[in-house]
Amino acid sequence: MSEPLVFTKARTGSSVIRRAPLLAVSPARRQALAMTLAGLGLAGPAIVFLLGLFLLPAVAVIFVALTDWQFGAVSFSFVGLDNYRELFADATFRVSLVNTAVYVLIVVPGTTLTGLAIALLIESGNSCRSFYRAIHFLPFMATITTMAIVWEALLHPTMGLVNQLFAAAGLPTANWLRNENTVLPVLGLIGIWQNLGYAMVLFLAGLKRIPQDLYDAADVDGADLWIDRLRTITLPLLGPVSVFVVIVVSLKALESFDAVKVLTQGGPGHASEVLLYTLYRESFEYLRAGYGAAIAVVLLGLVVSLTLINTLIMDRKVHYQ
Amino acid sequence: MASVSIQCISKDYGQTPVLRSVSLSIADGEFLTLLGPSGCGKSTLLRILAGLEVQDVGSISIGGRVVDGVRPKRRDIAMVFQSYALYPHMSVAANMALPLRMYRLSAFQRLPFLGRLLRGAAQITADIDMEVSRTANSLGIGHLLSRKPGQLSGGQRQRVAVGRAMVRHPAVFLLDEPLSNLDAKLRVQMRAEIKELHRRLGGTFVYVTHDQAEAMTLSDRVAVMLDGELLQVAPPQGIYSDPANRRVAEFIGSPKINMIDVVVRERGLIDVAGATLAIDSDIPTGTPLSLGIRPEALCLADHPGQGILTGSVRMVEHMGSDLFVHLDLAGADQPLIARLLAERASRIAPGQRLHLGVRADRVLLFTRDGQRLRREADLVCRCVTPLREVAG
Repeated sequence: MSEPLVFTKARTGSSVIRRAPLLAVSPARRQALAMTLAGLGLAGPAIVFLLGLFLLPAVAVIFVALTDWQFGAVSFSFVGLDNYRELFADATFRVSLVNTAVYVLIVVPGTTLTGLAIALLIESGNSCRSFYRAIHFLPFMATITTMAIVWEALLHPTMGLVNQLFAAAGLPTANWLRNENTVLPVLGLIGIWQNLGYAMVLFLAGLKRIPQDLYDAADVDGADLWIDRLRTITLPLLGPVSVFVVIVVSLKALESFDAVKVLTQGGPGHASEVLLYTLYRESFEYLRAGYGAAIAVVLLGLVVSLTLINTLIMDRKVHYQ
Repeated sequence: MASVSIQCISKDYGQTPVLRSVSLSIADGEFLTLLGPSGCGKSTLLRILAGLEVQDVGSISIGGRVVDGVRPKRRDIAMVFQSYALYPHMSVAANMALPLRMYRLSAFQRLPFLGRLLRGAAQITADIDMEVSRTANSLGIGHLLSRKPGQLSGGQRQRVAVGRAMVRHPAVFLLDEPLSNLDAKLRVQMRAEIKELHRRLGGTFVYVTHDQAEAMTLSDRVAVMLDGELLQVAPPQGIYSDPANRRVAEFIGSPKINMIDVVVRERGLIDVAGATLAIDSDIPTGTPLSLGIRPEALCLADHPGQGILTGSVRMVEHMGSDLFVHLDLAGADQPLIARLLAERASRIAPGQRLHLGVRADRVLLFTRDGQRLRREADLVCRCVTPLREVAG
């Protein structure tokens, strides 16, 4: 009895297959097409904004960097790579590049290590956690332009608290922001102070994700001193977070501008001149938009390469949880 | 190898008592299981044994040495965690080598790069590698040594966790629900492997589980815990057939033991849902009791009679070799569950009236507050006082 039934079913199935090529678009294809259209429709606004706000301006900057356009001028002419040639021959730009590198080298390790240390301290205690989190995060929330006034007062050569404390302790005092040897380290310290909270919050989130079981296992396995726990579990498992913190803080340090603008204007001499400040001065004070755009392209190159390194390292650092 | 002694351990989390004066002795080389539902305090007790938590009251000795306040690594124990707690960034070999590295290498010798140059470090490291690979081979994970935990299956991770515990030959193994993350088939297989491991290593094993089958098959003795109390410690068969009280009787056994409230009609006879059962005891007339009948203590009877329970079949569950028959009894609020041999009871259908005989020697008697009443001499010497209170 069952055999004819199976046969009938098989025939019905094959007749559907025979009819299929007659249709212009198969249902599966039509569905795929609809999905693609819906996807494009949903991503559309984001694509428009991305093009309008990021990609086209970037293309425009790269284009302007090839011209001698003066800010506000009605005409310009192509100068090819002349702007770049001038840039790398310019001593001020080279100083600015070196200063930026020094600044990044102070701020990034300083912020990462202090942020990590504070996160570990907060996580190891039980009392007042939210308070400590909040006070360390405040500088990140505050506008550096206004906070700069406080720093200026603190660092004032005669009335500043810093010098008074140093004098009281018998340490040498200085005109911190007007001395070419101290200005960059001091700006670096302010940078650390400003970004510390951000790094700390990221590290705290990373610490929360480490299962307690691992610390228990480490205790049983004999890795129960804080340095062993740190080396065996905490630091390796914070690896991905650390890479992220380093990259983000590097980007922020590369683009530091406001503290320099408000506190030192790149001085004394060019001792605190950083890339973004040079860019600002060339473009908006000297109105050399083409030249400024070339600096912007160099900066863009640095930022993009850092982001690419970030992506490459992050991809390799994924552990199971 | 070492014996373990737990004396009057109590522990509270804030206002919530987790352990209430738990005392237990575990013999050298014994396989003891702490069995109880989740939240009964069994894992906390294990963590106190390991030194990962501190008791509020009481004392722990391992191998005759009081270890209160001693750090986990100095207790000569190893632990297998429910989540395995493998270090995700380390290879299997590094995971297993870690305890040995921590014990045998000095802090300087453990330093990256530099440590290897120090005197003796290379030799110790080579010895450790050899022991790790020997242990891994004995567990059948020798080919996985270079992998990371994330690249392993659940069963393989479990073996690595066991290997990490084994590698330094601890006196006491603590296992915290090590099989609960595995699928059913693998769990049965790993159960056998753990049993074999205990036989081979001969160490003292303390095993925490909520799974009765694991407790019954693995253990020399089972300690049943409920609500932070240790209710009974006995060999698996004793826990099942001779429970200390009603809570143990109800917790052990699947399907659950049938509990029927009864009253003693006259000495030696009790009324059960319309039938009269003869019991071998001397309890005064009128005493209210609870009668515990294991599902397999019921058998099919052809016709009603003294000691035969009669009811209508509510549901039949086929389990292959056995049938579970749910029977509605007149006057009982819960159906009676009987485990019958499938070949003898194949034609039972819902709605049918069924007669079941009770094996009187398998019946368990409890007072209404859950105390076990034992027969004969036991009954007289242990239960007279509470009985009078009940009767009075």
